[in-house]
Amino acid sequence: MLQVVLDRTEPAVEWLIRLCGWSAILLVFGIFFFVFREALPMLGGKLNLTEFFTSAEWRPTAEPEPHYGILALLLGSLSVTALAMLLAVPLGLGAAVFISEFSSGRVRETLKVLIEFLAAIPSVVWGFVGYMMLGPIIIRLTGAPVGVCLLNGGIILALMSVPIIVSVGEDALRAVPDSYREAALSMGAGRWEIVYRVLFPAAKNGLLAAVLLGVGRAIGETMAVLMATGHAVQIPHSLLDPIRTLTATIAAELGEAVQGEPHYRVLFVIGLVVFVLTFIVNLTADLVVKGIRNERAA
Amino acid sequence: MKMRPRSWVALLAGGLLLGTCVGCRPAAEGVCIEGSDTMVNLAQGWAENYHATYPEAMIQISGGGSGVGIASLIDGNCEIASASRKMKDKEKERVREKRHREPMEFIVGYDALAIYVHKNNPLNSISIEELAEIYGQGGKITRWSQLGVDPKPLGNDAIIRVSRQNSSGTYVYFREAVMGKTRDYKLGSIDQNGSVDVVALVANTPSAIGYSGMGYADPGVKMLKVSKHKGGPGIAPTVENAKRREGGYPITRPLLLYTAGEPKDKAKHFLDWILDKPGQKVVVELGYVPVGDHE
Repeated sequence: MLQVVLDRTEPAVEWLIRLCGWSAILLVFGIFFFVFREALPMLGGKLNLTEFFTSAEWRPTAEPEPHYGILALLLGSLSVTALAMLLAVPLGLGAAVFISEFSSGRVRETLKVLIEFLAAIPSVVWGFVGYMMLGPIIIRLTGAPVGVCLLNGGIILALMSVPIIVSVGEDALRAVPDSYREAALSMGAGRWEIVYRVLFPAAKNGLLAAVLLGVGRAIGETMAVLMATGHAVQIPHSLLDPIRTLTATIAAELGEAVQGEPHYRVLFVIGLVVFVLTFIVNLTADLVVKGIRNERAA
Repeated sequence: MKMRPRSWVALLAGGLLLGTCVGCRPAAEGVCIEGSDTMVNLAQGWAENYHATYPEAMIQISGGGSGVGIASLIDGNCEIASASRKMKDKEKERVREKRHREPMEFIVGYDALAIYVHKNNPLNSISIEELAEIYGQGGKITRWSQLGVDPKPLGNDAIIRVSRQNSSGTYVYFREAVMGKTRDYKLGSIDQNGSVDVVALVANTPSAIGYSGMGYADPGVKMLKVSKHKGGPGIAPTVENAKRREGGYPITRPLLLYTAGEPKDKAKHFLDWILDKPGQKVVVELGYVPVGDHE
């Protein structure tokens, strides 16, 4: 009886699993199609693309003539991501090395749990920390007039990306077979020497994936940067300048933009820009990883 | 045979789901108000009090912003739109086009837009002209010392402008009331997404200035008196001052409700109730200025 039921249900289950696989592809294309369709009416010459990419004048509700220039927003997104990675990559990879190679037993378990806990903090809470705690600290330490700025957003984004970099990086390091370590030890290598002469080259792919996942996290993050960066339309000249990112602009304005109006559609064009940016990051990651693989195969 | 009881359960669950779904369509049953974030609390207050008097009435409230409410009115998803700014001509046209009815405007109360600075800021009063020079494009005031303020207690002389996101009704109203119809904001202000956030940021930032409804004051900030012209008498943002039209608080805005065509049936009953004594009592309780008092 049970066998009969299983025989009958197996094809169905197989189809279900197949559907799950396809749904990812369908969703990606569906989302791209939807964003593109909403943006399309502006792309056919209505939006001045030169102004769009080279002007820092973001005045979508100005009367009588709105201006849609995203240069300041684009530079805001790129600068805060770059700063976050500058802080998060050494910190995250360092922590991954420490957890995987220099700690054991209870220390390692405690650290792993704590870092996973860090990853579970919702982004709006991170934003709150930046806004209410880090902001006043920055004012006190640097004498800056305002605490929500590029530096604040960069630190918060770094803290948000670190858990991803640590957990993926640690996995990559653990995946290096112990025989590598033993061989290095027997050749008289010190612990640090093993890390950067043996483990780093061996775990290159995984570590790169860790860093790029961190970049993806940082560039797509919205809520925390909306709160921590100050959300001001200007090209940053120093770490203490408030900035605004592409994602935060969409989040802040889409809700109140009138559906179908140019402002609404331009926000979708910005969505496309973010989409392309993350696509480039992922593609680079893929190509680099593949290049390394080919090199190894050869 | 074994499947039977389970399929019954499934059927029952499905039926229940369907039942609740039919019951959860308030738009068809009651009245819905959508729009201004500034007015969400107010609308909630009306709904609760109205429901207490007429328990069978269903009022559904949602925020999203003045623009969203008006878009909903245009699409016919909601019968009443709340707005903290006037409907634009373009929006009125779209109501006529899509709903084939004239948009109707109801002033249901007034709100004074207060100018907030940090509690340690020695400044007590500011003029509209100075505000325009601080916030407006090409404006020359960028430092507190230009306003005659000793920047020492602020730690920094630069004025940090706190503003709202560019699609909020408050943002649009402040632009028109302070800078006039043709002048835009200076870019580079810190744009917050809610009235509370503006006040919280000013409380955290000694050299900041911001604007927000007078109901949002907290101990970390100070509300400035506002005069029409430099050297004129400064008027504090209070309910009494907001009531007076002559010589009253200069940045007072109407709180509005819009319908497509004359409201009918349930919506009419609710609107009449809002404009009547019990509805206006809620306006007062929430720190806004009632309609009748505004002379």
